[in-house]
Amino acid sequence: MYDFTTLVQSIGNFLHGQFSPGVATALEWTLVILVYLALYAILGLVLVYVERRVCAFFQLRLGPNRVGWAGTAQTVADALKLLLKEPVTVNKADKLLYNLAPFIITLAALTVISLVPFAKGLQAFDINIGLLFIVAVSSLGVVGILLAGWSSNNKYALIGAMRSGAQIVSYELSVGLSLLTMVLLTGTLQLSTIIETQANGWWIFKGHVPAIIAFFLYLTASIAEINRGPFDLPEAESELTAGFHTEYSGLKFAFFFLAEFVNMFTVAAIATTVFLGGWMPFHLGDWAGFNAVMDFVPPILWFFLKVSAVIFLMMWFKWTFPRLRIDQLLKLEWKYLMPLNLMNLVFTAILVYLGWHG
Amino acid sequence: MEKIIFYILSAVILSLSLMSVLSRKLLRSAVYLFGVLTAIAGFYFLIGYHFLGAVQLTVYAGGIVVLIIFSILLTHDIDHQMPTPDWSRVAVAGALCVAGAVMFVQLLQGSLFSRVEAPEQSDLNTVGNTLLNPGGGGYLLPFEVVSILLLAVMIGAIVIAKQRHSVDDSSPEKQAP
Repeated sequence: MYDFTTLVQSIGNFLHGQFSPGVATALEWTLVILVYLALYAILGLVLVYVERRVCAFFQLRLGPNRVGWAGTAQTVADALKLLLKEPVTVNKADKLLYNLAPFIITLAALTVISLVPFAKGLQAFDINIGLLFIVAVSSLGVVGILLAGWSSNNKYALIGAMRSGAQIVSYELSVGLSLLTMVLLTGTLQLSTIIETQANGWWIFKGHVPAIIAFFLYLTASIAEINRGPFDLPEAESELTAGFHTEYSGLKFAFFFLAEFVNMFTVAAIATTVFLGGWMPFHLGDWAGFNAVMDFVPPILWFFLKVSAVIFLMMWFKWTFPRLRIDQLLKLEWKYLMPLNLMNLVFTAILVYLGWHG
Repeated sequence: MEKIIFYILSAVILSLSLMSVLSRKLLRSAVYLFGVLTAIAGFYFLIGYHFLGAVQLTVYAGGIVVLIIFSILLTHDIDHQMPTPDWSRVAVAGALCVAGAVMFVQLLQGSLFSRVEAPEQSDLNTVGNTLLNPGGGGYLLPFEVVSILLLAVMIGAIVIAKQRHSVDDSSPEKQAP
């Protein structure tokens, strides 16, 4: 009922009708870039607001829930504070790398959201190897973090960067393996096809136990991979002031901040796409009436509903659990998550071999 | 449009690889190398070899360069700069480079490249079927050999990393009697 393919195609046809092919392609690219940059900024803004609110509710912080209508003035204050701060540059820092680091992180975060399918036909880069590409590009962000920590010429920043490197490199494995488990079930890496395989039920429901295990493994590992609490060791405030971005201020700090929030959105979007049916509506067996009502809700709304549910879950984790120590963190990955993931993978392979999956 | 992107990518690769060799700061060299490897992945995406591009990004840009950066962070301090080499060394290295380049260009001009109009599309199914096919045109045997090699390397790395502990543990026992 709500198909964006025709809309997108008509925009493309209009551009190609008005201009020469080269110009039309360039215009299309510009349009896509602008849309995604706007999305990046809006996501950051909305998620900052939500984070402040959720955190305030969980920890009884009074301010963010009181300023302005429903705490909206808090976001304005945060943004203004970031814009008006003096951009301090460190004297003995490696200037080039110091300025390059936020750029690399932003680039990695921005590239990954281009693959997220928001609704049918509403996806910028529907590539055959979608999931592999996401894992590949999200592993580039760590370079930015390492550079930021090193070029600041600050002990706290360096320790934060080293921790972050160890953490990201370890937890990438679990993210990849848990997604691989789901690839066994879906039989494809292309994100749009993965969603189509869930037309008769989301994978978390029809994927039996392995899908549920993989969902929780994915969520844990990817929260650790994007350095969010309770795994936010690289920027542990109580021990490292602010970790790898200690020396960054003003807008450069905002880039790190934004990238973290957008990464959170990406993780939630991938979880939604692979496990929770993407933009597919919620169907309940043979209840035709119920299903029809669910179909009436636009898919893009379904997508954002599911994503916000996952994001809320992640914020819930962050503001409830205490931060882990670095040895506990690495032990969790290498001694529990990795073996569990491998066993789950073999289990799923047997299941698929016997033909018991959805 | 593709031509423009090709030339931009080539310019990026050439200039960054030069900078990576000529830079006197270790970490900057590594970062330029990161740029080169990412741009090469761009080439693969340009000709439609998405799988190879993603593997290039994961293995080289995301894996090897991260390891290089990690080891550099462990070894040197930020002010460290490589010393400027003697002019004689620069001259010898420059002469060798020019000789190599001349030889390379000669070889390239001598050989005949056949022009491919439409490169084979490599979607994941083709890659998987070719890689794991024991029959004709498949690469199952090399694949298995490589995986055994990787397993051996992994076990070797673990043994080397563990050796110090086992020596420490066993040495007091040997001395005790």
